Amino acid sequence: MTSRATAPVRRATAGAGDRFEPADARAADEPGDTELVGGALAAVRADFPVLSRTVRDGRRLVYLDSAATSQKPMVVLDAEQEFYTRSNAAVHRGAHALAEEATEAFEDAREAVARFVGVGADEIVWTKNATEAVNVVAYAMSNASVGRGGQAARRFAVGPGDEIVVTEAEHHANLVPWQELCARTGATLRWLGVDDAGRLDLDPLHAVVGERTRLVALTHASNVTGAVSPVAEVVARAHAVGALVLLDACQSAPHLPLDLRALDVDLAVFSGHKMLGPTGIGALYGRRVLLEAMPPALTGGSMVEVVTMETATYAAPPQRFEAGTQPVAQAVGLHAAVDYLSQLGMGAVAAHERALAARLLDGVAGIAGVRVLGPTDGRDRLATLSFVVDGVHPHDVGQVLDDAGIAIRVGHHCAQPLHRRLGAHSSARASAGLYTTPEEIDAFVDALAGVRAFFGLEGRR
Amino acid sequence: MSHGLEQLYQQVILDHARERHGFGLREGAAAESFQVNPTCGDEVRLRVHLTDESRPRIRAVSWEGQGCSISQASLSVLADLVEAVDVKTADDLAEAFRALMHNRGQALDADREELLGDATAFVGVAKFPARVKCAMLGWMALRDALVRALTTIDDGIKEN
Repeated sequence: MTSRATAPVRRATAGAGDRFEPADARAADEPGDTELVGGALAAVRADFPVLSRTVRDGRRLVYLDSAATSQKPMVVLDAEQEFYTRSNAAVHRGAHALAEEATEAFEDAREAVARFVGVGADEIVWTKNATEAVNVVAYAMSNASVGRGGQAARRFAVGPGDEIVVTEAEHHANLVPWQELCARTGATLRWLGVDDAGRLDLDPLHAVVGERTRLVALTHASNVTGAVSPVAEVVARAHAVGALVLLDACQSAPHLPLDLRALDVDLAVFSGHKMLGPTGIGALYGRRVLLEAMPPALTGGSMVEVVTMETATYAAPPQRFEAGTQPVAQAVGLHAAVDYLSQLGMGAVAAHERALAARLLDGVAGIAGVRVLGPTDGRDRLATLSFVVDGVHPHDVGQVLDDAGIAIRVGHHCAQPLHRRLGAHSSARASAGLYTTPEEIDAFVDALAGVRAFFGLEGRR
Repeated sequence: MSHGLEQLYQQVILDHARERHGFGLREGAAAESFQVNPTCGDEVRLRVHLTDESRPRIRAVSWEGQGCSISQASLSVLADLVEAVDVKTADDLAEAFRALMHNRGQALDADREELLGDATAFVGVAKFPARVKCAMLGWMALRDALVRALTTIDDGIKEN
């Protein structure tokens, strides 16, 4: 690959000043954003080399699997290469020039990612992915439950009589760690259900989230239905009863303006690779006072102060939670990714994807034998659409679409309980990203319309 | 439509996926196996029914499950192939099918092609690595069920 696309400079990057604006203000399309249509969209696509390749005997790739992982713009690949080429060193140790440069790049990345989600740099902990970030909290709570972290960590301790609340819409990554925490501590796992359209049902909110609740873990947006959760209501109730809220922002971070401070959540997780960054890096956000009180989960090098043969004292956050050699190049890549997203403007990204979601919903509504799992209205949803085709297994749907060069996901998308609730064993899922074009949505809809006929069932061909 | 897709979904496969020979669990099985494909959540419960001989033969298999057309068709063909054969032949069939799945879309030698019969239609699956597990699901269940059945019989012989 010889092309070296540069980051699009379509407008000035949002400054630090807008960091603490309420979510509503940021959610509005920012007037300075360039609309992602026509030439502007073509320019964006040119930044993603993989989008111009062909698959399966020369078919143009139509990548509709961004909810699984996003494609990466050249600036991200370049940033990682530049780091390894010039500045590679272990961070936070060593007095040499490269160690200084690497440490600076690593901490600059933390600053940039923190700004991108509206929080302070010392409130962002690097992890290898969002799953690890959830587990760091779950194991910290385990440790607090057996007295680690002392009196300060008491608010993380759980035991018999305490309750952890999740939702039926969770990815397994935000469900299984809580099942395990409850199994280890004797706490009880409860959950909020979803309605037939996959929207969180808040009617039982007060019954489920109550005095015994210690933590509510919920997704910002479902990786299956694309539905955006009513976070404010859940946070208000949780805080009214003294419970913490952990937000899974994996699906929202790449698609919506995200201001964790405005959302008023206590903890949040997201992954780099879903938001144009590299694999191997994710982040845990925790309010400063919480991270200061939370005991570590992973222990070892780099996260300590004084170590004797008997015991150790731990570094202040965020280093307390970053044991071992860190994913420095990945952090540098993620820095480039959030810069790229900020330059486009998350308002513009969200607006573009709202239009794509509407087009997706319109398109599949016209195909006989296709049932959407999730809301069929465009309100509060992402351009992520899961569906089942009557009489055709999702795997076979995916295979026929693949033959047309269209990449979608099939299976249960790491959300078996949600599929069970919506009456499907598994599903097919098309998920767009900021680089997706309306024409690609049309190509998908057209190919999907021919699937039933391919398998000898009634349908357009 | 590409040649690869045509080769994958041969008519005999689409027919078997619809007809599902052996579908419906029956009583009186020597053993049962439950297999899941964790990547897609597809599952099968397969029973082997043996004859009452000292060296038992397979009378039939019965199965239930859900999955894609490849996994369902594969189970249907399997049910036809192992009906009234001895355990050694079932092992040979399973081994030949496994070989076919790892043959990059090429036919096997004439002897094994003849042995596999309708199952040779799955030759195109090998070109789609993600689908090999679908085709193998039933054969994994068969092997597991046979091991369980024969272990039970062996244990019974030792106890007697």
